[in-house]
Amino acid sequence: MAKILWWAVAILGAFALGGIALHRGETINAMWIVVAAVCIYALGYRFYSAWIAAKVLSVDPARTTPAIRLNNGRDFVPTHRWIVFGHHFAAIAGPGPLIGPTLAAQFGYLPGTLWILAGGVLGGCVQDMTILFLSTRRNGRSLGQIAREELGPVGGYAAMLGTLVIMIILIAVLGLVVVNAMRHSPWATATVFSTIPIAILVGLYLRNIRPGRVLEGSLIGVVLLLLAVVGGGVVDSHPQVRAMFDYAGEPLAWFVIVYGFIAAVLPVWLLLAPRDYLSTFLKLGTILLLAIAVIVMRPELKMPAVTQFIDGTGPIFGGAVFPFVFITIACGAVSGFHALIASGTTPKLISSEADIRLVGYGSMMLESGVALMAIIAATLLEPGVYFAINSGPGVVGATAEAAVATISSWGFPVTVELMQSLAREMGETTLFARTGGAPSLAVGMASIFSSAFGQGLLALWYHFAIMFEAVFILTTLDAGTRVGRFMLQDLFGHFSPSLGRTSWYPSVLLSSALIVAGWGYFLYIGVVDPNGGINILWPLFGISNQLLAGIALCVATGIIIKQGKLRYAWVTAAPLAWLAIVTTTATWQKVVSTDPRVGFLAAADQLATKLASGVLPPAQADVAPQLIFNQRLDAGLALLLTGLLWVVIADTLRVSWRVRQGLPVPPSSETPAIAMAQVRT
Amino acid sequence: MKTQLVHLSSRLWALIRLLSTDDAYERYLAHRARHHAAEPLLDRRAFYLCEQEHKWNGVKRCC
Repeated sequence: MAKILWWAVAILGAFALGGIALHRGETINAMWIVVAAVCIYALGYRFYSAWIAAKVLSVDPARTTPAIRLNNGRDFVPTHRWIVFGHHFAAIAGPGPLIGPTLAAQFGYLPGTLWILAGGVLGGCVQDMTILFLSTRRNGRSLGQIAREELGPVGGYAAMLGTLVIMIILIAVLGLVVVNAMRHSPWATATVFSTIPIAILVGLYLRNIRPGRVLEGSLIGVVLLLLAVVGGGVVDSHPQVRAMFDYAGEPLAWFVIVYGFIAAVLPVWLLLAPRDYLSTFLKLGTILLLAIAVIVMRPELKMPAVTQFIDGTGPIFGGAVFPFVFITIACGAVSGFHALIASGTTPKLISSEADIRLVGYGSMMLESGVALMAIIAATLLEPGVYFAINSGPGVVGATAEAAVATISSWGFPVTVELMQSLAREMGETTLFARTGGAPSLAVGMASIFSSAFGQGLLALWYHFAIMFEAVFILTTLDAGTRVGRFMLQDLFGHFSPSLGRTSWYPSVLLSSALIVAGWGYFLYIGVVDPNGGINILWPLFGISNQLLAGIALCVATGIIIKQGKLRYAWVTAAPLAWLAIVTTTATWQKVVSTDPRVGFLAAADQLATKLASGVLPPAQADVAPQLIFNQRLDAGLALLLTGLLWVVIADTLRVSWRVRQGLPVPPSSETPAIAMAQVRT
Repeated sequence: MKTQLVHLSSRLWALIRLLSTDDAYERYLAHRARHHAAEPLLDRRAFYLCEQEHKWNGVKRCC
């Protein structure tokens, strides 16, 4: 009976997937994607993850986990599987899977959807589950430590350096998304600004008034945040007050930079912790609401399956569908960052190895589902509107008339009037060139929310969506800066013990300033770039994230081979090979391509030529030297990152070869098996 | 029927408290009582601050 049911799921999934892939009408219903996804996730979880757990990892529920053995009521706490699932999902679900798919929608809905499904089930979920398993078997050690112990120091240091670089690029790109969402939008700016005092208020409440009453504090905070969205509208309707919140990109970038520094040196209870509670509640609530709205409304997707931009001429970022759809989707399908979480807090909570499948594979499936919702929200917009919002002025033209003419000439009709009335409905002065993904996602979410839960509140829904994105982007920004600070302090500790003390204030200030300067630099350059900046930073972020995934998969493959399971090594080696091909091709193109919209060096040369011949307007000529330097720096950075990946791959191959030859390799760092029965008695 | 409903909602409430770490202090007290009954206890506020410091000491949020 069960067999028949699973066959039915498989046939339904294949039918829905075929429908999505072959459909070439005007529009397609989003339910096709939802049905295909549910079937593929169900099959992937039921069969593939179960097979990996049983055969490749040899999960053993009778073996004790570190949470049981080392239970100290603090880090190591045996926890119910669904609670671990909740914590793990809350930790891995960031803004990446919302932004990446929104940008990748320039290729049409099909390439992104297929990669989110295939990359998730065969790559990302496998990586998360395997690393979680390996770390659980090693007392919750971190990816870097496991790499050092199992492969050697090279892999370990590459993982550490990769993590630091990805953190800096990630924070810069997220900061840029927030800045672009607030640029000349008093409503959004006022709302985002007010989230800071609200978080501090909740922080004080949770510390001084009712210590530790997280639910009460969060409820108060969420109500205040919703009022702040309405309050932003009031601000927007008063001409004088409005002007106080109307900023260009540069001052907003400085605001984010100063804010990031202050947030990183303040005690966590004051700002970071309370805002994280708020952002987690908002995130879960909004994702749930979006899922309900998609199912209730069953919207039609207006974007074609595949656009002409698969050839690399896309306005949002340059580069062909291969390899850039994979680089752009990033965390929605495979995220190297998850390996850090899966080898951090989560393994210390796992109470039985049997739970690893649900927590590791399952939460990544849900994350990939979030990415699908983002792609639905982006592609249900009229393509002309989508491109008008997301294309920088350097690509489509600086005036509204020029932009609509360019976009309409691509076969995606849009008018200035349509854009103006849409902007008015959303409570904005303009929606042209609002790059970064957040505004177009917010327009998509607002249109689907308002049609599902009440027409006429478009402006409120739009600013709710912006506030929601900003709140958890800022949480990632604080938390990321803090992690970078700890890593730097750890590094400094090798040279000077006092600089290594995480609580010594001069060291805190110095290391925070260095990290903030790192991402602040990229953020600032991104803001002054007339092409929007996101087209440079997002691919760099994608490359660094996929590189980290490559390192994690190397570690996993190396260990599987060391355990004598070479015949199963393809489970992690195949996604690794794919990521290596994708990141290497992307890096190669980003460095050597002669198309200035793709190649960093070509862009630098083109700008240098223009600057030398004096054809640049004065405003652009001022920033041109910085942009030229930055493009060359980015080329170097991309090469460094890919070089790191290949060093780790070579190290893995070396260890694997020695295993095959019967030569000595670092011993397994797995903790010896202790049966549950022994601990319980 | 009514008792079932009450039971269900109290279980749901307990789950929400557990997930949001709202009940962390109660769990701490229970843990201490079970394993370290003789040692001194942190008060609610000190425990909360200590937990927050501890929680944000590493990679806790992702992209």
